[in-house]
Amino acid sequence: MRRGQRAAVGLLILSGAGGCHGPQSVFSAGGADAIELNRLFAVMLVGAVILWISLNGLFFHVTRRRTGHMSRKLAEAVIIGGGILLPVVVLTALLAWGLSIMPDQRAPGEGLRVRITGEEWWWRVEYLPEGAAGPVISANELRLPAGRRTEIELQAGRVIHSFWVPGLGGKTDMIPGRTTRMSLEPVTPGTYRGQCAEFCGASHALMALNAVVLEEGDFARWLEAEAAPARPEEGEGRAIFFREGCGACHTIRGTPAAGAVGPDLTHFGSRTSLAAGILPMERAALVSWIANAGAIKPEAQMPAFAHLSKTELDRLAGWLEALE
Amino acid sequence: MTRSHASDAPLPEGAFPPTEAMLSEPVPSALAEAQADRLRAVWATPKGWRYWSAVNNSEVGVWYALTALAFMLCAGVLALLMRVQLAVPDNDFLSADRFNQFFTMHGSAMMFLFAVPMFEAISIILLPALLGARDLPFPRLSAYGYWCFLIGGVFVMGSILFDAAPKSGWFMYPPLATQDEGLGSDIWLLGLSFIEVASIAAAVELIVGVLKCRPPGMRVNLMPLYAWYVLVVGGMILFAFPPLIAGDLLFEMERGFDWPFFDPERGGDPLLWQHLFWIFGHPEVYIIFLPSIALAAMIVPTAARQPIVGYSWIVLSAVGTGFLSFGLWVHHMFTTGLPALSLGFFSAASEAVVIPTGIQLFAFVATLMVGRVKMILPMLWIAGGLAVFTAGGLTGVMVAIAPFDWQVHDTYFIVPTCITRSLAAWSFRSSRGSITSIPSSPRRPCPSGWGAGPSGCCSPAST
Ligand code: HEC
Ligand SMILES: [Cu+2]
Ligand SMILES: [Cu+2]
Repeated sequence: MRRGQRAAVGLLILSGAGGCHGPQSVFSAGGADAIELNRLFAVMLVGAVILWISLNGLFFHVTRRRTGHMSRKLAEAVIIGGGILLPVVVLTALLAWGLSIMPDQRAPGEGLRVRITGEEWWWRVEYLPEGAAGPVISANELRLPAGRRTEIELQAGRVIHSFWVPGLGGKTDMIPGRTTRMSLEPVTPGTYRGQCAEFCGASHALMALNAVVLEEGDFARWLEAEAAPARPEEGEGRAIFFREGCGACHTIRGTPAAGAVGPDLTHFGSRTSLAAGILPMERAALVSWIANAGAIKPEAQMPAFAHLSKTELDRLAGWLEALE
Repeated sequence: MTRSHASDAPLPEGAFPPTEAMLSEPVPSALAEAQADRLRAVWATPKGWRYWSAVNNSEVGVWYALTALAFMLCAGVLALLMRVQLAVPDNDFLSADRFNQFFTMHGSAMMFLFAVPMFEAISIILLPALLGARDLPFPRLSAYGYWCFLIGGVFVMGSILFDAAPKSGWFMYPPLATQDEGLGSDIWLLGLSFIEVASIAAAVELIVGVLKCRPPGMRVNLMPLYAWYVLVVGGMILFAFPPLIAGDLLFEMERGFDWPFFDPERGGDPLLWQHLFWIFGHPEVYIIFLPSIALAAMIVPTAARQPIVGYSWIVLSAVGTGFLSFGLWVHHMFTTGLPALSLGFFSAASEAVVIPTGIQLFAFVATLMVGRVKMILPMLWIAGGLAVFTAGGLTGVMVAIAPFDWQVHDTYFIVPTCITRSLAAWSFRSSRGSITSIPSSPRRPCPSGWGAGPSGCCSPAST
């Protein structure tokens, strides 16, 4: 029976492990914090499995196997030993370890600061390099240098959100009226996926983002490019953009578009995903997004532009994609 | 029946117990009959449509239980519909809005319309029997509580049929919930206020019942463990619900009169609600759990055919759990950016409840070790409940570590932690349900001597 239980637990872990990959898994850890927490989890899991089997095994034993009486004195010892001594020892050790890693996980970052604001249902991302005059504004994608701890400031628009990139580390809530903070120390370059982790209304589940970790040098080059204004092409796409009033909500630096209601589109074309991590950065997806954003993301704060013809939409999308 | 074996209990003064001479004095049979008839008439269940005016615990308790069960089934249907939506990606079985109504109502119904009322129902049915009383002290209060519960529950649950159900999550976090357009949040607040009133009524009833309706000679240190748990849970309800009621009032004042308690732009703070909600919310976990372990505390000694080992240990840990549970609420807010020192404190406090819980579990094991166990059916439920509960409890130990919670907070890791514990609570309760008969009828004092009370002599299975 015991072996059966253990095999069952093993099977369970294996079947669960099937879902343990992909960019949004805590198990594809590429950040110092996530790696440390996985270690903590592994130890706790082993401990928990052992305790679970022993406790239930003990219960099975005393109800099914054991014969004969035990003295009441001894029984009281069982209560004190199992109910007090065991948890005190185990939990003190666990708390000592678990809490000791907490300060490291929230240690202040060095150099660059990033300010992320949770909006409905997208992310405003501002990079504040050390000594820079103003922020470099971007949206819906976070890029971080590897091998360095970066300070992250969190704010919120109208409602509470929670910023979480499982592969890099734990989450912190974004609360209107407050600035909360955290820090992340990515170690392995790559793309990780984040997800809003506090229920924030109709399209909460569709509020994700890619976190791209770059080598230090690549990151510096990328940030420099991101800080530069857009180099928009001339042509019909541009005309449609301004004719339809997209600029009232979106900013494209280097053009008259300076709206702040929606995501910054200055270097939109170089992002790895569309509409806060939910669509691939492809022409077809972009066309259907502009035509009717609300059909893809319920209650999205961007109006539908279904009156545009297919070719107009295509031109517009092509023009946006070229904003690299 | 003689009381001689309850030797250490002080004998009441006066004409109690009646002398043999008094007892053997014949009563005219016609008079005796008439008296008996009158008594039966007073306690009879009203007939016809007046049935619904009944106040006896045997009726009210059953209504309570059936209503809670009906709400549970509704909530279960909602859960199934949600699972259908989630079965395949990009499913359009439910709209986002309806899904959010369903998940909000599922959580609210399971918490407020099922878990707590079910405890109240079972206690209303069982407590008088365990105490050898005819009924609880304030039958009308029980009935009042039941009708409040029914009205509030139908009101909240019914809103889903009108597409007007609350949709900001069962935790109703502002500003999302306060700024919600539509009636959903108001329905939630108003409906649940009824249920809060019902819960407080039941708590008063049960506390007074335990303290005042014990038979002569059953001192508090002798009463069945179930009564102790009911006492603790009643006290917890009295202290846990007021913060929620206060929060509800502030919330409705913000929605109704635009007083910005939770609006950061005008000096309010959304976190205030979270504190008030979870000061209620965490004790709620134990309000659900303790009554279930209470039943286990009655069944285990029955199956072991031995008085429980460590009666006072169990009582102390029940009281301790109740007390500690009011100091843990911040573990629901580990990710809100509170200072590390607070997080450390609440992590440690959350782990500390393992100790009283452990004591209770090991007291059961010790009782089973001392006795000669007979594997009666309820014991299977208890074994199952234990397996589920220990799994839920051990993951609970994990999430109580603040940094680990940063990863798993608000994820599917928490869902099973919470649900397994509730399930465990439920299977402990089913253990009671699986007993086929309840011989100590509510109308008859318990037949055996009270001295053996703590040993669970009144647990139905022993007879
Ligand atoms: C009323 C304001 C508003 C107008 C006008 C508007 N948008 Fe948007 N737009 C938004 C908002 C808000 C979002 C973010 C929606 C979300 O993800 O929930 C958005 C998102 C987008 C995105 C995705 C951005 C990203 O980072 O993936 C694109 C592309 C876009 N809009 C293009 C346009 C175009 C083209 C027009 C004009 C035809 C336009 N928008 C007009 C508000 C607006
Ligand atoms: Cu969000
Ligand atoms: Cu809790």
